[in-house]
Amino acid sequence: MKGIQRYVNVTEIVRPIGHLLAFSVGSAALMSAIVIVLALILDRTVVGADLMDRYNVSLYTYTMINLPQVVIDGLTIGFVYAAIALGYTMVYGVLEFINFAHSEIFAVGAFVGVELLIALDATGVLAGATLGMAYAYLIMALLAGMLAAGGLAMAVERVAYRPLRGASRLVPLISAIGVSFLLQDLIRLVESLTTGQFNRIMPTFGNFDQRIILGKLNMGASNITLGISIKSIIVIAAAVLMLVALNYLVNATRIGKAMRAVAQDRGTASLMGINVNRIISITFLVGGLLGGAAGVLFALKFTRIDPFVGFFPGLKAFTAAVLGGIGNLTGALLGGLVLGMLETFAGSFMGVFTMGAAGSEYKDIFAFSILILVLIFRPQGLMGKHVGQKA
Amino acid sequence: MSTASGAADKTIKIATQSPLSGDQSVVGVDIKRGAELALEQLGGPLADMGFKIELAPYDDQANPDTGVANAKRIVADPAILAIVGHYNSGVQIPSSEVYHASGLANVSPANTNPKVTTRGYLEVSRIVGRDDVQGVVGADFAASQGVKTVFVVHDKTAYGQGIAEFFKQRAEEIGLKVLGFEGTEEKANFDALLSPVVAGNPDVVYFGGMAFQAAVLFKQARERGYEGMFLSDDGFDSSDAAKIAGAALTSGAGTYYSTVSGPASVYEGTAKFIEDFKAKFNADPQPFAAQGYDSMAICLKAIENAAKEANNDVPTREAVAKAVRALKDFQGITGTFTFNEIGDPEKALYFVIQVKSPDPAKWSENVVVKTLEIAPPK
Repeated sequence: MKGIQRYVNVTEIVRPIGHLLAFSVGSAALMSAIVIVLALILDRTVVGADLMDRYNVSLYTYTMINLPQVVIDGLTIGFVYAAIALGYTMVYGVLEFINFAHSEIFAVGAFVGVELLIALDATGVLAGATLGMAYAYLIMALLAGMLAAGGLAMAVERVAYRPLRGASRLVPLISAIGVSFLLQDLIRLVESLTTGQFNRIMPTFGNFDQRIILGKLNMGASNITLGISIKSIIVIAAAVLMLVALNYLVNATRIGKAMRAVAQDRGTASLMGINVNRIISITFLVGGLLGGAAGVLFALKFTRIDPFVGFFPGLKAFTAAVLGGIGNLTGALLGGLVLGMLETFAGSFMGVFTMGAAGSEYKDIFAFSILILVLIFRPQGLMGKHVGQKA
Repeated sequence: MSTASGAADKTIKIATQSPLSGDQSVVGVDIKRGAELALEQLGGPLADMGFKIELAPYDDQANPDTGVANAKRIVADPAILAIVGHYNSGVQIPSSEVYHASGLANVSPANTNPKVTTRGYLEVSRIVGRDDVQGVVGADFAASQGVKTVFVVHDKTAYGQGIAEFFKQRAEEIGLKVLGFEGTEEKANFDALLSPVVAGNPDVVYFGGMAFQAAVLFKQARERGYEGMFLSDDGFDSSDAAKIAGAALTSGAGTYYSTVSGPASVYEGTAKFIEDFKAKFNADPQPFAAQGYDSMAICLKAIENAAKEANNDVPTREAVAKAVRALKDFQGITGTFTFNEIGDPEKALYFVIQVKSPDPAKWSENVVVKTLEIAPPK
């Protein structure tokens, strides 16, 4: 039995939300516990003294005051990774192959969405938009990004993977890497045609940049405001919605049933009257839709995109998918959240804990160390089940 | 223009290397355009001597590998006698090793890292100031605004980290408290980096590096409630900064940057240049466009002098490199240039500029709040 589980149940819509809550709270609690213990230990050493000198607070106080904001930031980026990881996992679950071109499908989604908004911005409608209209435009951009990315994913599958269906596993992987480079340069080419410049800026409109203040904390001489921006809330809400919809599709619809059948055994599924190629196309379509939406959300949250924008988030999302158990939808979510949390915690606290010797620049080390550790000690991932070689 | 000896023999090319595509192409393209304009307007004397002069633009993509690969192609073309470029010190330093090896003159319109000239290559000269002065200018400016604490971030390149280190050193010397010093290659998500920044609530956040990164960092810092001053370097001087960060630059205590290149309008000689530039390219010149013009002017003049010495024949590369260094009080549009023994201008201008409007179209209206003329350190 492959990663995509085989139970059909109405609770499938509610269950992932429960998982999400458990994972969010669990990863936040675990990471917080680690830094609090570290802070207590290091507080009595030279690190604490250094911090007293710089900020006028003890290391423990510093950690406690900064913790809530770090958790919020970690969850937000975690949901972005999870949204991308869902696309990797979908394709892996059905085909058992890692679609490395997913990073660029994500980037194409981001570019199409942002270009649409830039075009709208040029006509002036964004500047004068009411709040309702601003959200309508954002949804339009999301849909455009999703459709373009979904279509592209299907096309890539048709052109670069389907002809290699019978080949050994390494072949489509290499083909995927090739497609990935090709798409990067295609985006570069298309985006530089008119302006000679390929980086794009998400226009500012609506109230997305606004920050909701949740509280104020005093630390030494400075006040720290705890808050979450509207766009972070949008990112989280969209990612949750995507997961719920995907769970429903896979576990409670006929197409989902066909997907699971293809995942289990392609040959037998085709004997049962399932059009395997069509189901695989749909899988890529869905993976692309998710990737495209994640791309637009990424641009919304982080403002600036370029043709290589997919590379690092894609690599992190892949790590997240492997961490959670590739092929497993819930696992992708768990992996994304854990990775986002870990990275944000490491980046936020490492500089202070090491007295500036190793700053946030080393945060990526944690993500990729995890990839290596998981592959060595638990190759099936946190949520995955061990499977034998597929016939 | 052809002569009895045939045009092919008398063709002289001058190359430019700057980022023509990608993040930094806004400035890079205008360095090339400035050079192109100079070639058109000032190529007369060489044309009269029977030479055919051509521009050979190369795109270094702000990437050291690409710059070096281009440099190898450039030195392999015997018609190329001089180079205008680069924009990034991190690209100029490795590429100029290639120029040095084949004796090809390189006049830099924008590179500020001390190492550009301190290696002592005869071939390498620059017409702008240095980071070890610019960093000091930035720190002194911060102190003059009554600032007590700073947080320093840099982009880990030869340029960004270099200037950030000079800034930090000077800040500590004059008694500012440095709350942190961090490098980052991140382009999108600065949340983690901003935690210690916001916690320390420094009076100034300094960024050593380029606008496309700095502006994203500044925008996200404002989103997290930071109200202090932003300070950056000449890499920040691009209208892209306003395009990315918008109102974040003018809110709170505002945004300032030090630079070795003022807006084209602050120089006495640039009025005609701005007019011609607008007429030709239908856009305002970006920072360093006028320096691109001057670098090309210096190359043309040096080639002319060397050609005269060679009895109106095509001069050798070595002769051109020597001729660049031998120029005395060369009158450019951004100043009068005489090079010292390592290729720095004997006196360079440094500016501190305040961002006045969140509108990228009004970037050229930023106000110079301080101008200094300083000789390079011994």
